[in-house]
Amino acid sequence: MKMETPMHWTWRLARWKPSALRARLRLLAKRLWQDRVSYLMVAPYVLTFVIFILLPVLGAIGLSFTFYNMIEAPRYVGLLNYIYLFTEDDVFMTYVLPNTFTFAVIVGPGGYLLAFLLAWLIAQLPRRMRTFFSLALYTPSMAAAVAMSTIWLVLFSGDRVGYLNSFLLGLGVITEPINWLHSSEWLMPVMIIVTLWSSMGVGFLAMLAGILNVDPQLYEAGKIDGVKNRLQEIYYITIPSVKPQMLFGAVMAIVNTLQAGSIGVTLSGQNPTPNYAGQLILNHIDDFAFQRFEMGYAAAVSVVLLIIVYISSKLAWALFGAKEGE
Amino acid sequence: MGRMVRHLFRMDLTQLILIAFLSLLAAFMLLPIIFIFMQAFKPLSELFLYPPRFYVMNPTLDNFSQLLMSVDASVVPVVRYLFNSVFTSVVTVAVVVVVSTMVAYALSKHFFVGKNAILNMTIMALMFAPQAVIIPRYIIVQKLGIIDTYLAHILPLVAAPVSVFLFKQFVDQVPDDLLAAARIDGASEWHILFRIVYPICRPALSTIALLTFQAAWNTMEPSIYYIENEAMRTLPFFLGTLTSGLANNVAGQGAAAAAGLLMFLPNLIFFFVMQNRVIQTMAYSGIK
Repeated sequence: MKMETPMHWTWRLARWKPSALRARLRLLAKRLWQDRVSYLMVAPYVLTFVIFILLPVLGAIGLSFTFYNMIEAPRYVGLLNYIYLFTEDDVFMTYVLPNTFTFAVIVGPGGYLLAFLLAWLIAQLPRRMRTFFSLALYTPSMAAAVAMSTIWLVLFSGDRVGYLNSFLLGLGVITEPINWLHSSEWLMPVMIIVTLWSSMGVGFLAMLAGILNVDPQLYEAGKIDGVKNRLQEIYYITIPSVKPQMLFGAVMAIVNTLQAGSIGVTLSGQNPTPNYAGQLILNHIDDFAFQRFEMGYAAAVSVVLLIIVYISSKLAWALFGAKEGE
Repeated sequence: MGRMVRHLFRMDLTQLILIAFLSLLAAFMLLPIIFIFMQAFKPLSELFLYPPRFYVMNPTLDNFSQLLMSVDASVVPVVRYLFNSVFTSVVTVAVVVVVSTMVAYALSKHFFVGKNAILNMTIMALMFAPQAVIIPRYIIVQKLGIIDTYLAHILPLVAAPVSVFLFKQFVDQVPDDLLAAARIDGASEWHILFRIVYPICRPALSTIALLTFQAAWNTMEPSIYYIENEAMRTLPFFLGTLTSGLANNVAGQGAAAAAGLLMFLPNLIFFFVMQNRVIQTMAYSGIK
């Protein structure tokens, strides 16, 4: 993404003379009218984008400086919400933030590396098998929503009738049934496995397609230039060639991680999760917004989340984005 | 010659190991999917068998009739949830495809003031997740006065940055000369978009339709936050209520398994029909 320097960067006072200003306005109006078809084409998107994406983000920022309980009008309280969040909110600092960090690092970069590795491995196979394996890995990402209620709750059911418990009891691995979804030890690992299971989605497909489209001549040229093994091949040829797809994959990984953020509550069926074991930032927002009706405070938490997402995306861009001259 | 054979053999061995590893992984990925099918056809006795069994022995359609009959238990019949889901998903797909392709075409092939701003915003918004700003979104939906209407299901999904982005990347591949020739022949921009760009970009068109369908079909956001009238909610929400008290709700589990399959099948079928086009589109997904 390249930012263009705004055309009117160097302001000159002369441009603000009424006559000059009028002329410039007329010119602009003419250009806008000339491009009216383009504007008509982008209008529905821009309108809904502003209403349902931009305004909510700005609204969250605005609300985060207020006290708002949905009944009275919002009351400006300055940075109070943020100060409370970082100094008084023990649950946030001791559970939510560390949990989110663990979850996000394993599911985000971890899942992303896994997706790239698997895409690369699959690309080494003959065509028929390639199709089968890529479909097999992608299918769970379509089932994520359904799987939650029909698979995982049944599989991880906490008594000895539960599929996993019964299986492990039969093998003699455990002697007592484990209450997977309500134990503070097991909830987080289950959340991570379930999320990783359904994480080979669009990003994975993009990277697979990218790897398959690398010009084979590049590999041959690499061999002549002294590329000795597969690892060097990946590093010197594959990764530079699929960088754009990898960036798209990284962006998708960030969204997926963010969207999976309420999984702890879905799995355990309660918010807050047992002993806050699976409490992530999204649950914290929901908890304050729709159970305590402290909308301003919840908005402050969302803003912190948005900032984290923004920083992660900048990181992904620094890693895979096009550099100057590329 | 001997070296070549050895080389071939070594290749096969690594490939064999690779295939074995991937097969194990595929099994891990697919078993839960197979489980969805198994559960849906298990009679009640097998759903609560001890010790539990993965495979179904006496497949039956009881769960599906149970699901349809749950009209007695709840106020709203399942068919109503199903209709809401199908209706809102189909309309959303149609609207998102038209809106996204229009803006993608303009961003790719036109030059106008503000184009870069829209493009940069879209790329930034690729990682937008509505859950993060659910409060202001709720307030906006409320202020628009569309609570408890189908519009609450559709409108929040209309701006779809991922679809716009994917389609734009694909339109970028359409040669400018072709469009210029059409313009000389007097074709309007609308004609070019619908008659020239659409046919060329059919794979991308299918892909964004599929992604939008999955998003709309699976989302619970409107049903949870913007809808208070039970009769206006959708299937995924209903599935959620079926399983919320799973442990002490014996009859519900069969119905939930059936509903789960019902939810999952359209996703699966659409993807299988369109998989080639999706992979084709994804090759152009790179962000440069």
